[in-house]
Amino acid sequence: MAKPEENRIIASTLSYAYPDAEKNAVSGVTMRVRNGEFLAILGHNGSGKSTLAKLFNALYVPTEGNVWVCGLDTRDDDLVFDIRQHAGMVFQNPDNQIVATVVEEDVAFGLENNGVEPGEIRVRIDEALKAVNMTRYAKKAPHMLSGGQKQRVAIAGVLAMKPDVIILDESTAMLDPSGRAEVMNTVHRLNKEEGISVVIITHYMGEAATADYVIVMDEGRIAMSGTPREVFTQVDAVRELGLDVPPMTDLAHMLRADGLDVRADVLTVDEMVEEVCRLSSSI
Amino acid sequence: MLKDITLGQYFPGDSAIHRMDPRMKLILTIVYIVGVFMVSNLPGYLLALAFLYLVVRISGIQFSYLVKGVKPLRFIILFTFVLNLFFVQGETPILSLGFFTLTKEALDNAIYFALRLVFLVMGTSVLTLTTSPVQLTDGLERLMRPLQRFHFPAHELAMMMTIALRFIPTLLEETDKIQKAQMARGADFESGNLIARAKAMIPLLVPLFVSAFRRANDLAMAMEARCYRGGDHRTRLRELKYTKLDAIGALAMAAFLFVVVLEGRLLG
Repeated sequence: MAKPEENRIIASTLSYAYPDAEKNAVSGVTMRVRNGEFLAILGHNGSGKSTLAKLFNALYVPTEGNVWVCGLDTRDDDLVFDIRQHAGMVFQNPDNQIVATVVEEDVAFGLENNGVEPGEIRVRIDEALKAVNMTRYAKKAPHMLSGGQKQRVAIAGVLAMKPDVIILDESTAMLDPSGRAEVMNTVHRLNKEEGISVVIITHYMGEAATADYVIVMDEGRIAMSGTPREVFTQVDAVRELGLDVPPMTDLAHMLRADGLDVRADVLTVDEMVEEVCRLSSSI
Repeated sequence: MLKDITLGQYFPGDSAIHRMDPRMKLILTIVYIVGVFMVSNLPGYLLALAFLYLVVRISGIQFSYLVKGVKPLRFIILFTFVLNLFFVQGETPILSLGFFTLTKEALDNAIYFALRLVFLVMGTSVLTLTTSPVQLTDGLERLMRPLQRFHFPAHELAMMMTIALRFIPTLLEETDKIQKAQMARGADFESGNLIARAKAMIPLLVPLFVSAFRRANDLAMAMEARCYRGGDHRTRLRELKYTKLDAIGALAMAAFLFVVVLEGRLLG
């Protein structure tokens, strides 16, 4: 395994069972999130992907195995708040994670909890709101915002704590397509420009296709992993796990089945356009 | 129905009253109410009204706003009035109807009590109209902080108030959604007698409560994920500071109280 400072999160033979549950929700997962990586975790409902996310943030403590966040063991009670600063989490329901009645107060919430000086809080709020393009809404009431805007406020709240990893636990699941695009664009920009590692838990294949690395969960175990291209070209295997492949990969798959010579690892519309142009020019 | 009550509705502005420290406003509101309860003659109430009117003028809020706030409470006020008429013992009868005699003392008492209630509501309305809910909870938390020494949960109370304020619009929206969903499936919330209507509320309340509990669970998780650990060592984005305005406000209130006491002594 690589040196710890190159990995933001390391999970080693990690298992977790909910109290009173017979089966492990997560069992024997070993994985890592590299510095600056954009990782997508896929899986159908109940595959353990959300549980995994909560283990990364010390909201759950593993029943077996270990999780290290930036070298900190989540089993250590004294480190819990440090870990939560390093690994910020954005949840699914935008309404249920905003605490304050004013946007900027909500962004300040995490910083206030950590006892940051008021002057410093001010600076960090302004930075965080600017980074998610929400400066204009600083004084607004959260319930007046759209779903995508609320999620961006939630991201700003995490961002203000200067995290090394942001974990999005199905944060786009309740949004409309434009809200989903808002959130994904924001997260990608933060990943590229600020070098923050991102873990997205999702069941939108389109979102997973934009990641650096994909992990597919099934029954609490890692069923497949690799780059999006490596994973999604195995169309049948992905389908067997109850998941779809990205629409363009699906199309390429169908075209190939009809005997057309397109690449099997097409992920995006642009790549598909390229392939089709190549085909039509060769005819 | 809910929206008519001025209590708890903030009227944004930038007047001297708006800019005063919420702690000072809270204290002065209490002092004003105590002052009003000390008054027991009509000129005294005129003084209280004049003072209130002055404050409202400075704050830039329309006085009719305050009057509207009293309206939903008219039955309670009327009830207190009638109760006082009947149950206060007096010596100077003015009216006799069979077994019931109306005395001057009872009438005076009834009027004063009704007036006190009106001023109580109007006085607190000035506070809530000029202070945002966030400032108000901040002020309350700061004022109650000394009580933490006796294990009084000041921070927790303020936090609960903030969360309640935050979720009122969300839950109202949700109630509306559930109501429409149930109506689409034939639920009838409007007809029938009181009992029938109360029963009709069950399909509305059960899903609302279930969802409120789920929200509370989610929110607790989200707060934990953002390092919430109670009030110890917590800082605040906005630290409250007393300014010259607060000193002026306190002086004005002291002057009012002085005049009220003096007037009470002179006119008995």
